Amino acid sequence: MNALAPIDPQLWSSGDQPHLMGGKLASGEIVFPMPQGDAANDVEPYKLSRTGTLWSWTSQGFLPKEPYEGRGSGENEGPPDFEPFLIGYVELPGEVIVESRIVDATLEDLELGMAMEFCIVPFNNTHSTYAFRPQKLAEKAA
Amino acid sequence: MSENVYIIGAGIHPFGRTEGRSGREQGVFAVREAMADAGLEWKDIECAYGGSSAAGSADIMVNELGLTSLPFTNVANGCATGGSALVSAQLAIASGMYDLALATGFDKHPRGAFNAKPSDYGLPEWYGQTGMMLTTQFFAMKIQRYMQLHGISRTTLGRVAEKAFRNGTKTPHAWRRSPIDLETIMNAQMINDPLTKYMFCSPSEGGVALILASEKKMRELGADGVKISKVAVKTRPPDSFEVFQAGVSVNEGGKPTMLASQAAFEGAGIGPEDIDVAQLQDTESGAEIMHMAENGFCKDGEQEEWLANGWSEHDGKLPINTDGGCLACGEPVGASGLRQVYENVEQLRGRAGERQVAGRDGNGPKTGYSHVYGAPGVSAVAILERLGN
Repeated sequence: MNALAPIDPQLWSSGDQPHLMGGKLASGEIVFPMPQGDAANDVEPYKLSRTGTLWSWTSQGFLPKEPYEGRGSGENEGPPDFEPFLIGYVELPGEVIVESRIVDATLEDLELGMAMEFCIVPFNNTHSTYAFRPQKLAEKAA
Repeated sequence: MSENVYIIGAGIHPFGRTEGRSGREQGVFAVREAMADAGLEWKDIECAYGGSSAAGSADIMVNELGLTSLPFTNVANGCATGGSALVSAQLAIASGMYDLALATGFDKHPRGAFNAKPSDYGLPEWYGQTGMMLTTQFFAMKIQRYMQLHGISRTTLGRVAEKAFRNGTKTPHAWRRSPIDLETIMNAQMINDPLTKYMFCSPSEGGVALILASEKKMRELGADGVKISKVAVKTRPPDSFEVFQAGVSVNEGGKPTMLASQAAFEGAGIGPEDIDVAQLQDTESGAEIMHMAENGFCKDGEQEEWLANGWSEHDGKLPINTDGGCLACGEPVGASGLRQVYENVEQLRGRAGERQVAGRDGNGPKTGYSHVYGAPGVSAVAILERLGN
């Protein structure tokens, strides 16, 4: 069990095998994230695939400005407290390409089209967020 | 609705950082330069369109320029503010309603990367809280994928920045006016892989003003004008990949730049092979590379050869970003698109000094192409032509 609260309670499903939550439009198209407010009319919540392939990626090498809430953004913190991270887009086949943190990997490990797996990771002292990690590494660790 | 429209005056306030002068004051400076260039006074201007992204309303400029009661329309269209002001001024004259119009843009941004509020872009709060609300990441991920698919090397990214700073040394209105060598660019701090510090432009300050005239007015004034062949502004089509998207369609969609480019070429009745000088949106090195292909100047992957052979240098077959582009000038959002048009006007009139390109017959370029792109997926293209001589 994770003691950290999800960064957004609607973002992924609960349970042992959480899924990122997307939406299925009346047209059949899958979107991410699930639309909010009036835009959610006629959109069915849709559990997205837990696996996909790496579509693109980059590193975040500097402390983002507000509204960033990761390390370095706190009251008595600054750029020295910032921990660089990786982000990317993961293609969930036949569904949608989602933007995500990439964990358990270095830049050198990443390749276009590599298999990725969904996971929940600690984000800051109070919240968790979602991420994808290379599938092979995840299998080895298990 | 078929009046030809010409740019007969062009003014610029140097880009970069100007302490003690507001963005709007820089805009007023540019307007005065443009009027002096055209031999006009403020009372001659019949209507005006202008705006900024972060430096206030443009219509307040009348306080400094004069209370002549002209209609002054504020334009607020993000990165396409300048392009939209230009289109509006062009239409005002093409419609036959007016003979002289002003298009202006200026800005003054705080230092550092732009920060945006998720709600302003229809995004949930977590998108910003977890560190995804950064335009720089989008550009890095777009070029990262493009490099993998089309064999573009990191050295080519470096060469784009090297060219920009070299061109900046020859440009009085540029911000970065010292050359930076390829090795320094490549080994600089990594901002968003594969893009280093010197491969990104920075928010800056500056102002640009263009005075547009009908053909009749241009002849009456005996002005040195450049014809606006076509300006096209396009927002994103379905399934495109843009700044600030948490989810992207698995179907590969169109691109606003390709739509704007095609519309501009169609309207001007010429093709990419007819362009003599081009200013392409270079928010970062990768953007210039991808925009070369999206605007039709080369095929995907050919940029590797272009940059290695210097084909986009001042003396190359198609000089690109001759004033150093956004990389050397910085990006004051409201002014940036008009800076590109300003540069083409100067090049077409043979007034670009040290950075003047020769054109295919050695008598200066006859056609100029400018392209701006920005959030949330909007692009503006302007094609200019020098007639006669």
